[in-house]
Amino acid sequence: MSEKKEMIFKVENLRTWFPITKGAFKKVVGHVKAVDDVSLEVYRGETLGIVGESGCGKSTLGKTLMMLEKATDGQVLFNYDGEFRDITKFNAKEMFDFRKKVQMVFQDPYSALNPQKKIYTSFEEPLKVHGVNSEAEREAIMQKVLKMVNIQPDYLMRYPHEFSGGQRQRLCIARALEVMPEVLICDEPVSALDVSIQAQVLNLMKDIQKELNLTYLFIAHDLSVVQYMSDRIVVMYLGKIVEVADSRALYDEPLHPYTKALLSAIPVPDIHKTKKRQVLEGEVPSPIHKPTGCAFHNRCPHCMEICKQVDPAMTCHGAPGHMVACHLYNQEQQA
Amino acid sequence: MDNREIILDVENLNTSFISDRKEVKIVKNVSFQLKRGSALAVVGESGCGKSVTMNSIMRFLGSNARVKADKIQYNALRDGKVTEYRLESIKKPHGPEMRALRGPEMSMVFQDPMSSLNPVYKVGDQVAEGLLQHNKGMTKKQAREKVLEMFRKLGIPDPEERIDCYPHQFSGGMKQRVVIAIAMICNPELIICDEPTTALDVTIQAQIMELLKEMQVKDGKSIILITHNMGLVAEMADEVCVMYMGRVVEFGSLEDVFDRTSHPYTQALLRSVPVLGLADGQKLETIPGATPNPADLKGGCEFADRCPFCTDACRARDIPMFELSPGHRVRCLKYQEFPEVL
Amino acid sequence: MSEVTNVSIKEQNKSAASSLLKKNIRKFLRNKLAVLGLVIVVGMVAACVACAIAGVDYATPDLTNMKSAPGNGHLFGTDTIGRDLFARVMFGGCYSIFIGVFCSVVSGIIGAVLGAIAGYFGGKADMVLVRISELFQTFPQLVLVMMLVAILGTRGMVNILLIFVFTGWMTTFRMVRNEFLSLKGETYVKVCEAFGMSRSNIMFKQILPNVMTPIIVSTTTNVAVYILQEASLSFIGLGIQDSTPTWGNILNAAKSVAVVTNQWWIWVFPGLAITLFVLAINFLGDGLRDVLDAKQQ
Repeated sequence: MSEKKEMIFKVENLRTWFPITKGAFKKVVGHVKAVDDVSLEVYRGETLGIVGESGCGKSTLGKTLMMLEKATDGQVLFNYDGEFRDITKFNAKEMFDFRKKVQMVFQDPYSALNPQKKIYTSFEEPLKVHGVNSEAEREAIMQKVLKMVNIQPDYLMRYPHEFSGGQRQRLCIARALEVMPEVLICDEPVSALDVSIQAQVLNLMKDIQKELNLTYLFIAHDLSVVQYMSDRIVVMYLGKIVEVADSRALYDEPLHPYTKALLSAIPVPDIHKTKKRQVLEGEVPSPIHKPTGCAFHNRCPHCMEICKQVDPAMTCHGAPGHMVACHLYNQEQQA
Repeated sequence: MDNREIILDVENLNTSFISDRKEVKIVKNVSFQLKRGSALAVVGESGCGKSVTMNSIMRFLGSNARVKADKIQYNALRDGKVTEYRLESIKKPHGPEMRALRGPEMSMVFQDPMSSLNPVYKVGDQVAEGLLQHNKGMTKKQAREKVLEMFRKLGIPDPEERIDCYPHQFSGGMKQRVVIAIAMICNPELIICDEPTTALDVTIQAQIMELLKEMQVKDGKSIILITHNMGLVAEMADEVCVMYMGRVVEFGSLEDVFDRTSHPYTQALLRSVPVLGLADGQKLETIPGATPNPADLKGGCEFADRCPFCTDACRARDIPMFELSPGHRVRCLKYQEFPEVL
Repeated sequence: MSEVTNVSIKEQNKSAASSLLKKNIRKFLRNKLAVLGLVIVVGMVAACVACAIAGVDYATPDLTNMKSAPGNGHLFGTDTIGRDLFARVMFGGCYSIFIGVFCSVVSGIIGAVLGAIAGYFGGKADMVLVRISELFQTFPQLVLVMMLVAILGTRGMVNILLIFVFTGWMTTFRMVRNEFLSLKGETYVKVCEAFGMSRSNIMFKQILPNVMTPIIVSTTTNVAVYILQEASLSFIGLGIQDSTPTWGNILNAAKSVAVVTNQWWIWVFPGLAITLFVLAINFLGDGLRDVLDAKQQ
């Protein structure tokens, strides 16, 4: 990465495990390793895409960065004007201030607005909580964010059920922007929307990012959407990062066999591109009983002996910033 | 084309729902023909009536639905002889006539494999149920053999063991295979798949799609695939039917629809979906506005409010279909010089 | 920008605002059975209260007119010792309805608060509260009443109120807890957490309004349940003192076979009052459920 870029999030060996309990005494019998030893860096002003199949831990990672889930282990350092502070050790007061720095847009716009409250109330509450006490000030902020998402202020007096999915998601984005966050974590922001509406929301998010110099963490299962939005992409599989690369590089020369399979599995709406489909065998193993060694080895077409025993580490390969966790490339380097 | 080649012929299908004492038209003047052994993709956004159309054909709709059609004809081909069934004239949707067709002739795969299976029965028994229902005198043992065979064909690993498992022991992709097994067990000619992979991951989606394609190409089944994913259409379909707000707006072969895209809605839809490998800085096109509420439609072209080519004439009356080339029909006044068809 | 629109958005757009209340009232009025229920409930309550305020005499026996049939200056007739039945039914209505409303509201509040806590916090708090509620449900009400009567030595209204609240909050508790369990997974709750709102704010200001519908409905129908319970307790002589007229107490007189066979009016009128009121309350409750249920909107 170029040196000018300022790091905003630095995640080190983050683990988020959920205990599985059994019996009346809630004995812990195992863990769902939703996020397992993840390290990554997020730079100011970029869009970092996080992609993977359901159950790969991408949403949990987003929620952990937001501290909506408690981290089991590891550090999440956030840049407070040049000073990195570990948010996993924040107390309630510090956490509350952190909420103004990082906000989140959720997957389901249909349940993200309280159905019993007018939009106005839903918009007013976060501002009240964060100490904007005068009504005039609050309304000025509301008008500003609504203008960004192209929604007329008079819509505020309505109830959520009167809006379409696209409008609701725009309202949700506007509400997250009210506290002027630096980072917006978007968890599948368009997957619940109709195809003809998705582009509206995606383009809007791009425009807002430019205007406010926001940093996006864009979590989605659809690689084509992630590729459209992101500067860099993180590919996750079973709680681990398997590949990190610039968005273009990931598409042009994917390294990890899983990334390759993911790319080839996406149907392309073009009848003249005949591509060789590489269909992955089998299913994603359960995150409770992960296979030993590389988590992907039981589905990998290039599986070697070493893959079954040793978990591959992230190594640089190819273009700067292109990292991959796969033994195929380790050996190449050693040789 | 005679009845041998056409398996399903739908003419002027109209479906409306009664709610709050008002009649809301959901499906309007839908006509299409499905060739035997081919795959038809029905594309559209949620609420465009694609599922309702198929459920109308299968007569699955509840009592608040009104289905009217000039013709819903299913042509069964048995031992070289064609038997015609007029589905619209069958009175009881759950009577013996309709039930005899569902399963051995036409069957359906639903969107959500998680809720398509009954959690309290073993999957093997659920698959065998259709067989036992339609083949009187078949023993349970024979049925079990058939189910095992089907599981093997669909690539379910360890079928002998898995046949006695309960649905919760299966992953999403495997459940969808079981659902497909239920649909396939009576060897139907026509399989209607209603968003069969929307609830599944892309790598699993690829597996299921491969399976469906194989059934069509190898076994000569006719498939109707309901989807909103243009990518799947490009890979699966022979013919494409694009629907918007209850109407077919464009119908044609795969090449017609993708290479000679004619309806403004189809054009916009194709350009607004992000595809892999877009150039940097290239922006997606957006379709302005949102899909209207079917209860508030005023007549005229349903797409008029969002269409860049809209004229006054578009709002004046319902738009007929124009045939651009044999088999390629478009519901848009831009093509008025072409002959009007049904 | 904000200078131009110094009038607040709220004021400016009053006309554009849509009101759920208006819509709900319209919907309620379309439900004939519910309106009928409401009319009967309001009518009966008004009649009872009016009689109580007017101070009709329910206690003094008319010794010349014992066990007299309706008519003859006594609209509903008189009871075994000559008291005016109409006055007694009206006064009894006040007591019965008060018991029903008070118990269902108080036990509703207790159940809602505890249910909110159990459902939202989960874990240990939830386990303890659920166990306690199960414990209460195993207490037979009758035994509890007899115990209290034995301990206090009197049969007072306070006893009944205490016992009903004490043994009655579990149904609301369980319902609210289950609602909270499912609602706390809703995205808007996550959004509030992401904004750093306090837990009590989320619990009572965000989630609770979404649970109000079932609470209102069950509180309404509970009124009927408590009235019936009071009536049955009083009928077997374990309710409020005999001197206080409640619908149950009046019916108490009908325990003797002679009264049942010879003086039909003594048990028909209070019985009718109970039936009518309970039926109306249930109509009203069902109507409210149809109107307020957000899933149908």
